[in-house]
Amino acid sequence: MNLRYSKEYDTYRQSLQEFLKGWPLQGDEAELPKQKQEQLFRQRGVEAGYVYFAIPKEYGGAGQQPDVLKSAIITEEYARVGAPGNCVSQGPALLAPTLIEFGTEEQKREFVRPTLRGDLRWCQGYSEPGAGSDLASLQCSAVLDGDEWVINGQKIWTSNAQEADYMFGLFRTEPKASKHAGISYLLVDLKQPEIEVRPLKQMTGALDFNEVFFTDARAPAGNIVGKRGEGWAVSRSTLKHERNLIGNPNMMRAHFNSTIALARRSQRGGRPAIEDPLIRNRLAEIEGYVRTAEVSHLRQLTAEAKGEELKVMLPMMMNKLYSTDTMQKIMTLAYDLLGADGMLAPTAEDIASYARTHTSTGFVEQYIFSQGPAIAGGTTNIQLNIIGERGLGLPRDLRVPK
Amino acid sequence: MNFDLTEEQELLQETVRGFVANECPPPRLREIFDSGEGTDPALWQGMAEMGLAGLMIPEEYGGAGMELLELALVAEALGSGVLPGPFLGHSLAALALMLAGSDVQKRQWLPRLATGDVIGTYAVAEEDSQWEPSEWSVTERAGKLNGTKLYVPHADIADLIVVGCSGGGLALVERETRGVSLENMQGIDRTRPIFKIVFDAADAEALESGEAASQRVRDAALVLLAADSFGVASSLIRMSVDYAKTREQFGTIIGQFQSVKHQLARLSTDIEPTRALVWYAAHAFDHLPEDAERAAAIVNSHLTDRAMHTARESVELHGGLGFTWECDVQMWYKRAMFNRSAFGTPDVVRGRVATLGGW
Ligand SMILES: Cc1cc2nc3c(=O)[nH]c(=O)nc-3n(C[C@H](O)[C@H](O)[C@H](O)COP(=O)(O)OP(=O)(O)OC[C@H]3O[C@@H](n4cnc5c(N)ncnc54)[C@H](O)[C@@H]3O)c2cc1C
Repeated sequence: MNLRYSKEYDTYRQSLQEFLKGWPLQGDEAELPKQKQEQLFRQRGVEAGYVYFAIPKEYGGAGQQPDVLKSAIITEEYARVGAPGNCVSQGPALLAPTLIEFGTEEQKREFVRPTLRGDLRWCQGYSEPGAGSDLASLQCSAVLDGDEWVINGQKIWTSNAQEADYMFGLFRTEPKASKHAGISYLLVDLKQPEIEVRPLKQMTGALDFNEVFFTDARAPAGNIVGKRGEGWAVSRSTLKHERNLIGNPNMMRAHFNSTIALARRSQRGGRPAIEDPLIRNRLAEIEGYVRTAEVSHLRQLTAEAKGEELKVMLPMMMNKLYSTDTMQKIMTLAYDLLGADGMLAPTAEDIASYARTHTSTGFVEQYIFSQGPAIAGGTTNIQLNIIGERGLGLPRDLRVPK
Repeated sequence: MNFDLTEEQELLQETVRGFVANECPPPRLREIFDSGEGTDPALWQGMAEMGLAGLMIPEEYGGAGMELLELALVAEALGSGVLPGPFLGHSLAALALMLAGSDVQKRQWLPRLATGDVIGTYAVAEEDSQWEPSEWSVTERAGKLNGTKLYVPHADIADLIVVGCSGGGLALVERETRGVSLENMQGIDRTRPIFKIVFDAADAEALESGEAASQRVRDAALVLLAADSFGVASSLIRMSVDYAKTREQFGTIIGQFQSVKHQLARLSTDIEPTRALVWYAAHAFDHLPEDAERAAAIVNSHLTDRAMHTARESVELHGGLGFTWECDVQMWYKRAMFNRSAFGTPDVVRGRVATLGGW
């Protein structure tokens, strides 16, 4: 056991730090709008090999040999200086790696580069009003008509559809096949009049959610990823990337540290709350969970680097649940520390800028927001089913007879 | 960066697990538990033959020269089977001698501790749960020890007792010495009987260094109790899962009911990732001095607490059977109780986590 990185990786980290001196941008570039600055910096990161690390050059990535430790160092160092690393929105984080794995050559060429650059924005069309946890019962249909799919039906809870150009989603293409077998994974251009996107307001006040309606909407026949009727397997790959996103403990540590800072500046009985034994006890208890997540992550990284993922299957399966539960513990304590400020509504600024934890109302927004991950991407109950059945080998749920 | 066990470490743990399974399966454990003797000379001898009595003792004194990580891996394996015997107190006594003993003292005692021929134990706590070196009041003056220690594990079979003294120092006492009297405190964990020891002008020898060594031993104790708790909790989950796969109610096995399945999945999610936390704290003790003390406090408060929670839920998952003396779960439950209360309850240890964190 050795938590220090070898010389090769230390050197790598140093050259990365050298590169990161270019952030924040200086001079005229610092005057550009924030989004432009990020785009510019990200572009340089790709060229230098530090952004979209393992995606081949011809598709817009840095084209490096996959190396989980280097990727972890990149994530750490970017987080440390707050530099824009990989976009973590759905397109770059979920679709791009899925296309690299399952896409045709044309699909990779057409879609991956603009997605990574942020020129093509995506949303994930899985859930439907009647198909959430029971995703495989989805009904939204796609019928092949000549060289086009004709799509009818509805999606719901589609995050960021209001600003997306395209949707990657699951559609029923084989109505006669059994539940899982009749589904295909399609890429659909949202900018057509046959598709209507209606916003749904989230409980935080943000407008990220949407309903999406399809009335004879069209997608080229070639926009199917993987084989016809095998979309379920392709979506599994996307979910794997989603799991990697959620399992990372950086966010927990950041929010935990902000909560300590909050405990220092909040008062209890005329003294800083951090001096209250009850608060100290709760903080220390939560740190047990945060530390566990961090070191379990190190163990999983090591196993991945050695190609021994089987050894850590069980803790990997638990990452999503563990992080959502821990985030809720952190945010619940932070909320208590706010005292009466807990009655304040988040401001427009809190809602617009994700994860602000230096103001009371920013914490309120995060407190509410911490409910979301326990539902999105498979609810806590569904995670528990997966852990119980695949992890502990308990029998499948009782099935209701049709 | 390599956060994983070596093949040798895995092998060591596998060997100890195999030993526990073969030499002390539940029926044998039950016999020892019910007899109240808290040990089995054959088990201790078997452990000594595997080198477990001197795992951390340097090779020059006949030990294996390993580190706390290896000791913690063994503690986990022993906790999984709630193996009875003096491993905990013995290991701490040996460590105290290594850290604080003079050359003469080390030469005199370590080789015999390493073979297990001499059994050691570690006497720390006093009235009102005073576990911390700064709180000790037993005095050693001119080779005479006076005062009372409580909750000392396996003192009845220990030959050598390392005693915490006022000012945080340590002293050595042989049990078979005038002025040392024992009283069985009737502990809850029958795999680790505990004793009150009264020292009345007992012949003793001070160890060389003071409070820093005592604190270091305390940190090792916190990690070992956490590792043992991890073993206890993992076994309880396995036992409860096995039970849920066989027990039938309403015409189906109970593991098919979601409330049962989810209860088990939650317990497992609470415990499984903490395997890494145990490794980390032990590794920090060995190699990361800047974080060792705090990591020990975090792992101890977290795991002794979580394991006790697991134990209580495991009883419930076994239904009425779970509440009986006959059900094996109670033996693991009581080990979890010992681990939770020894060297400070979670809330007390968390107070140190906070202070050490500069909060
Ligand atoms: C913040 C956020 C963002 C989202 N973004 C997207 C997106 O971009 N794209 C997308 O497609 N979807 C998205 N979703 C939708 C999300 O995937 C679904 O909400 C989720 O899968 C649950 O489905 P549901 O809402 O239909 O709830 P239901 O499935 O109706 O669940 C209701 C309750 O019943 C429980 N339940 C259901 N089935 C079982 C079972 N078998 N065992 C035990 N309990 C069960 C659930 O745990 C839950 O508590 C998002 C959701 C949120 C909250």
